[in-house]
Amino acid sequence: MITVKNLVKNFGKNKVLKNVNLTIDEGKVTAIVGPNGSGKTTLIKTILGLVRPTSGIIEVDGAQIKDDYLYRNKIGYMPQIARYPENLTGNEIISLIKSIRESNEYNDEEILSSLKLITEMEKPFKNLSGGTKQKISAVIAFAFNAKIIILDEPTAGLDPISSSYFKDLVMKQKEGKKTIILTSHLMNEVQELSDEIVFLLEGDIKFKGTVQSLLEDKKETKLERAIAELMSQNDPEKGVSHSGLSGISGHSLSDS
Amino acid sequence: MKLVKKILLYEIHNTIRSKWVILYTFFFFLVGYGLFTFSGDVNKAYISLMNIIIIVIPLVSIIFGSIYFYNSREFIEMMLSQPIDRKSLFLGIFLGTAIPLSAGFALGFSIPFLLFGKVGQQIDGFILLLLIGVLQTFIFIALSFLISVKQDDKSKGLGLAILIWLVLAVVYDGIVLLVIYYFQDYPLENAMIILSALNPIDLGRILFLMKFDIAALMGYTGAVFQRFFGSSSGIIISFGCLFVWILIPFFLSSRFFKKKDF
Repeated sequence: MITVKNLVKNFGKNKVLKNVNLTIDEGKVTAIVGPNGSGKTTLIKTILGLVRPTSGIIEVDGAQIKDDYLYRNKIGYMPQIARYPENLTGNEIISLIKSIRESNEYNDEEILSSLKLITEMEKPFKNLSGGTKQKISAVIAFAFNAKIIILDEPTAGLDPISSSYFKDLVMKQKEGKKTIILTSHLMNEVQELSDEIVFLLEGDIKFKGTVQSLLEDKKETKLERAIAELMSQNDPEKGVSHSGLSGISGHSLSDS
Repeated sequence: MKLVKKILLYEIHNTIRSKWVILYTFFFFLVGYGLFTFSGDVNKAYISLMNIIIIVIPLVSIIFGSIYFYNSREFIEMMLSQPIDRKSLFLGIFLGTAIPLSAGFALGFSIPFLLFGKVGQQIDGFILLLLIGVLQTFIFIALSFLISVKQDDKSKGLGLAILIWLVLAVVYDGIVLLVIYYFQDYPLENAMIILSALNPIDLGRILFLMKFDIAALMGYTGAVFQRFFGSSSGIIISFGCLFVWILIPFFLSSRFFKKKDF
């Protein structure tokens, strides 16, 4: 379980997270959604220890993460952008991470073959496409049997076949009682995969609950519409409006 | 320390395969070969080599270090999401950048020396030049890491790196000359020694010049320099200063790295 208490993060004058309080339950898929710049990645990075909080406490399994790094043995992370030392190969990076992590439980065979990565793992990163690097990030996140998996816009650079396999992978992990945190702009993906939704707007949590409860609350069948309504409700310029979708169209929340 | 070793090995692997390092090694080989073969006097070849080392190594190290650090940003992020402490990762990346670059220089410089440089005559000059080159590499990689950790904007960081090199390699000497000109009525010898210690490039140059007895050409100041830098305690102090030039930027950047948001 991950607990976030009174989390504040400022970058200079820019207040990115404003007193965030959040509990992420074990064995569930929690999606963090919100427009660009709402603080999703910063929240994830603070949980990972990549960003230092201005104030507030984060606990993973009841222990504070401040100045600790071994707790990351429990976490598998797939970042938004995948870049690696260009002269190294996928296999070399995997063996480096293997030697760093405590766990001996490592199983990548199925993921590698399903994502058609086996032949790519011997090539230096400078010869690999962005999508392939993204897939290698997925291997790093999933193959170590970590109990918490954090995915930051995981399918953004993947082709439809890999993306579909990736979703199956997430569902399988979910059945294995893993705690999964996911950010995505693709609302159909969020609806398909997640149990809980955290809606973040300008560094503040505006909604937390199950997908079903949000849909019922907003009397919608599609998550995209329900989220759009949440956004327009919280948009001071628009007030409570049902017609304005805050510039959202298509499948993306904020890339429009 | 085990973690540092692991990171270091992978970083060395990555850097050694980069074309930059191979080109750099080849450059020193070619320059050394050219100088030893075409200049009749070994001592003259040494002085020319010293001038190249003192200008090229700081420039390449500070630029290579900055580019390398900026390009490693996402990789650092990925590594920091693994169970590794920031201090070990930083030390691993620092040594993994500085060691291959120093090795590239040492290899490129040593081969022509061993083949054409009359080893028996100038072995101490060779060792001194090698040491100065390696220390300059570590100093300017440390400075480049300090810039890159503090400045997130890559183009600003690279600009700052070039500026620092320009100040230390070129402008600083102008400032020293100005000081000498305006304060010529005062005894400046000790002030000159302090001013030299504040610039790692000058320090390397003077150390080498003292070895070759060219200090006599610099008049009274040269004699003071000779007395200070030529004595064994002077040499130890100078090397000490060069080490301080590595340690201060390294520890500062390591501190900033520990608190940095990625």
